[in-house]
Parts: sequence; C-alpha cells; structure tokens
Amino acid sequence: MAGNKGRGRAAYTFNIEAVGFSKGEKLPDVVLKPPPLFPDTDYKPVPLKTGEGEEYMLALKQELRETMKRMPYFIETPEERQDIERYSKRYMKVYKEEWIPDWRRLPREMMPRNKCKKGPKPKKAKDADVLKKIEELEKRDDGEKSDEENEDKEGSKEKSKEGDDDDDDDAAEQEEYDEEEQEEENDYINSYFEDGDDFGADSDDNMDEATY
Amino acid sequence: MKDFPLYRFGVFSLALRLPSTMTQAEIKLCSLLLQEHFGEIVEKIGVHLIRTGSQPLRVIAHDTGTSLDQVKKALCVLIQHNLVSYQVHKRGVVEYEAQCSRVLRMLRYPRYIYTTKTLYSDTGELIVEELLLNGKLTMSAVVKKVADRLTETMEDGKTMDYAEVSNTFVRLADTHFVQRCPSVPTTENSDPGPPPPAPTLVINEKDMYLVPKLSLIGKGKRRRSSDEDAAGEPKAKRPKHTTDNKEPIPDDGIYWQANLDRFHQHFRDQAIVSAVANRMDQTSSEIVRTMLRMSEITTSSSAPFTQPLSSNEIFRSLPVGYNISKQVLDQYLTLLADDPLEFVGKSGDSGGGMYVINLHKALASLATATLESVVQERFGSRCARIFRLVLQKKHLEQKQVEDFAMIPAKEAKDMLYKMLSENFMSLQVGCQ
Repeated sequence: MAGNKGRGRAAYTFNIEAVGFSKGEKLPDVVLKPPPLFPDTDYKPVPLKTGEGEEYMLALKQELRETMKRMPYFIETPEERQDIERYSKRYMKVYKEEWIPDWRRLPREMMPRNKCKKGPKPKKAKDADVLKKIEELEKRDDGEKSDEENEDKEGSKEKSKEGDDDDDDDAAEQEEYDEEEQEEENDYINSYFEDGDDFGADSDDNMDEATY
Repeated sequence: MKDFPLYRFGVFSLALRLPSTMTQAEIKLCSLLLQEHFGEIVEKIGVHLIRTGSQPLRVIAHDTGTSLDQVKKALCVLIQHNLVSYQVHKRGVVEYEAQCSRVLRMLRYPRYIYTTKTLYSDTGELIVEELLLNGKLTMSAVVKKVADRLTETMEDGKTMDYAEVSNTFVRLADTHFVQRCPSVPTTENSDPGPPPPAPTLVINEKDMYLVPKLSLIGKGKRRRSSDEDAAGEPKAKRPKHTTDNKEPIPDDGIYWQANLDRFHQHFRDQAIVSAVANRMDQTSSEIVRTMLRMSEITTSSSAPFTQPLSSNEIFRSLPVGYNISKQVLDQYLTLLADDPLEFVGKSGDSGGGMYVINLHKALASLATATLESVVQERFGSRCARIFRLVLQKKHLEQKQVEDFAMIPAKEAKDMLYKMLSENFMSLQVGCQ
C-alpha cells in the first residue's frame, strides 16, 4: 500500500534498483518478437583443431562407422514387405558372419528356445507353410498395410502364447522352402541374368542357346 | 534492508551422474551412437534402459513393443559391448541396466585407437581396434584377427607371425591398456541345486592383467582372391558356417577388453605434460613426464597426488639420451615445486628431495584455464576479466565487479547479464 503512487499509475511491485536500473531511468524497449534464430555474434568461434593426429582420427571414425555396419552386432531392422518382391533382392544379400554369444556368460533367459522342429516333421511343416503363405497372400491382396498390421498384431499375440521362436522358425523354414521350390520349378537358369551384367556376357555357359 | 544481487560462479556439475539424471541432449547423443553402430533395434532397447533404469526382460519387451526375440538379441549385443550389465534380484528375476557414460565413450574410440598407434604402432593399434569393435575377445582370437589384417597390408609373400602380435598384446596387458573381463567362476560341483538364472562374473585383482600361457604358433593368412568379396558385392549362395569354429580354443572363457580408464589416465598425463611444456620448457615437461610414467601403475587414477618420488629415482628413470646432470635436475625440480601453479610439490628431503605431482590441483588449473578461455572466445577479453574475478572471489556484488575490473557500470552490467543469460554466472540474492 505504501508503494502505491495513485490509482491507475503504473508501479513496480519490486525494488527496481535491485535489478540495476536507477530510478526514473528509461527502460529498454519492449521486445515484441522472439529473438532471431541465428543472431549475429561479435565473436566468431575458434577454428577447429587440425593436424596429423586429428585427420587420422577423423579417417578412423569414418572407417569405424562403415565397419560396424558390416559386423554381426549390427542388427538390421526387418524390412516392410514391398508390393513387388524384386527378383534380384535374394541375390543381393550381403554376407554377414553370424555371431554366437558365449552363453555361459549370459543369463539363461537370453538363450533362444530350442528349435527342434525342423528334423522330425518336414512334410507337415511344409503343408502348414503353404497354407500360411496362401493366407498371407490373400490378406495382402485385400489391402496391404492395414491387414499386415493386423496380421502382425495377431502374430505377436500368438507368439507370446506359444513361444517366441515359432515365428522365426517358420520364417526360416519358409525361406528355405521358397528357394527350393522355386529352384525346382523355374525353367530359368538362375545365373543367366544378373543385374548389371552385359547381355551375352555369360553366353559361354549356354552354348546350346542360339545367339543372334 | 536492501537486497543486493550477488554474482556467483555457476558451478558445472561434472560429478558422477546417475542414469536418471542424464540430460535430454545426452540421451539423444546416446541414441544416435547406438543407432549408428548397432542399428535401430539395439538403439530402441538401449535408449529405453537409459531412460528407465534397471528392468527385467519381459518388461522391456512390453514397454518397447518389441518381440522377446529381438530384445534378447539386442541385449546380447549390448552386454557384449559392455554397454549393459545384468544383476540377479529377488526371486531370481534378472534385471538389465544401461551403463550410460560408457555409451558416450564410443565417441572416443578413434582417440583410443590412435593413442595406441602412437605408443605401440600398427600392431597395437589393431589389437585395441579389434577389442573395441567386438567388445570382448579371447587373446587367441585377437592375435589371429590382427595377424590376418596385418598380413593383408604386407607385400606379397610376407606374413605376420602370431608371436609378434602376441608380444605386443603382452606389452599392452603389462601396461594395463587391455585387461581381462570378469569371468564365470569355475564351479566345484559342490552345489547340486538348480543352476542360477544368471552367472555371477568375478575377477581377481591380481589376475586382471595376467596373460594366459599360450603357445600361439602361426602366421596371418591373406584372404584368397577368389573368396574376396568387398562389402556389398552380390553373393548368391547362403553363407556356409566357417570351419574355424571346430578348432579347440586354448584360452576358452578368458576374455579381454580395452581398459578405458587407463587411456583416460594417459590423456590426463598428456594434458599435464603439455601444460608444463607450454608454461615452462621442454626439459621441465620431460621431467614431469618421467615422474608420471614412474607412477603409472603404482598410483590409482583417482588419487589426488602421486606417490612421492626421490630425486635420485627420477634421475635414474630419465629417458636414455637425456643428458642433464643431477644438479640441473634438482634445480628444475625446485623450480617446478616453487611454481604458483603447484603442479609439482615437495613432500620431503630424503633421497635428494621427495617430490609428488599434484594431480587434482593440476587438473583443476587446467579446467579453470579452459573455462576462462571459453569465456574469452565467446564474450571477449573484458568479460573474461570479470569472469576471472568472480571465480577468484567467489561472490561479488555488481558494484564490486565494476570497481575491481575497472569497467564502467553500464558495460559491466551488460556483460554480467550476458554471462548470466548463458548460465556462466548465477545470481544469489543475499542481505547485506
């Protein structure tokens, strides 16, 4: 109350001198917009340190980034299914060494569950696979993404019930099965056309074909 | 009573941080490092653990919406690279915890590798590189990989002998740059109960740098040109299992890793030596370097000062070819001990004089100098003057700043506010 200078007159609720402005001094203009994103600076940053060591380390860093991507520790994200399965994709897989951890050093729950299903019942598995594949293809045709999502959700629910390795198992089996089947049924010789090869570059292999 | 604002040096908390107090920027950085080195799945799991702290397997899978299988793979990779550790809790539940600061160390990999190159040349460099790339390896595996890599770079017909690589490995172990990982304790089969959910890995202090007696005989192999395929070249067939796995491993279960703390100690020593060289001269810095080298293994890395070293011992340990007389050495030591920076201290008179390196004081001086330099480059030399003042006096009122720094009021106010707004200073309101 003692600080009031009268009705309607602006009065500070704190001691203005505390912040460093003397009484009655003109206050700086009110700023109506946010400060600029890249304001001019009076002092430019010091240039980066360079030298033999630094350059070597930079080259090393680039190399390490590339190398790590090729190591088995780099886990690739499973790709989304594309609308058309490219023929060449199968043959472009980069060779990656498999890494098997030392299970003795890890908690027991880290070990993948035993996959013993492959041996005893190959035929039944194949049938199941064919049915599954047909199902998937049907669903795919109906409208890709939303159905796939549903499928994935169902798949993950199933997984948590049955055991996580079934999916991997089936996927692995399916892949192998695919290759075998296709290799049998195709009339094409797989090595005949490869991406980027000149036509006729492999013609030495197929002397029975007529060349024009 | 009037309140005057006191300007105080903003304390930068460089102290040990718990996982939950990692800043957003640090977490983002960890995320990018993990993604770049291990892919998105590992990144997702790693960042989740950094954010939430210790968690069991199923909770991680549930909270991240990732399949158990993927989580397991990711955790295996992270554990292999010492980025995540596990602990058995009550009722046999295993919980996994991220080692956040260790993730950030990935930024220094090139520096660790380059440092080894300067100390132990190409062979040493590749040993440390393989250990960092793989997290941990047995000595036999490292020697083989490095011999193969070195052979690739040699002229036709020449190969790298395993023995030479082994020797370098032993030197790295002796100087503590590589160390043994904690291992699975050998069970005596006295406990017939069910196996524990997770092994408790242990290491004996004295075994940490003990190299197993191996007779690694062999030479590096070049990759045959018909097998050679550069990354990305198409390979039609599924890769076959490598036949090497069938050979018995002589040092099975004994894994080695790079000892990052030892590298940090080396960086610290380098910083101190170059500071002395800048401030005084080459000879002084060589003396300090010798003292640090003598203390390498006897003094722990967090000690405030080295073990006392006598002038006689230092004289004997000077590098071969350094021809200064004992008298000159003593003069240098006295000068160093008298210097106001107090990098070197005298702790006694026996043995020609006992001297120590004041590690903590030296590091504090270096840190201060760095901060002052940052302020100078960012705000100018007058701000730097104010900053040094406030640093020295701890608390100052605005009026005192103007007087001590001999800077007009308006400018002083401006500068103080600028540093305040960028968190180099903090305000403390106190009563007079």
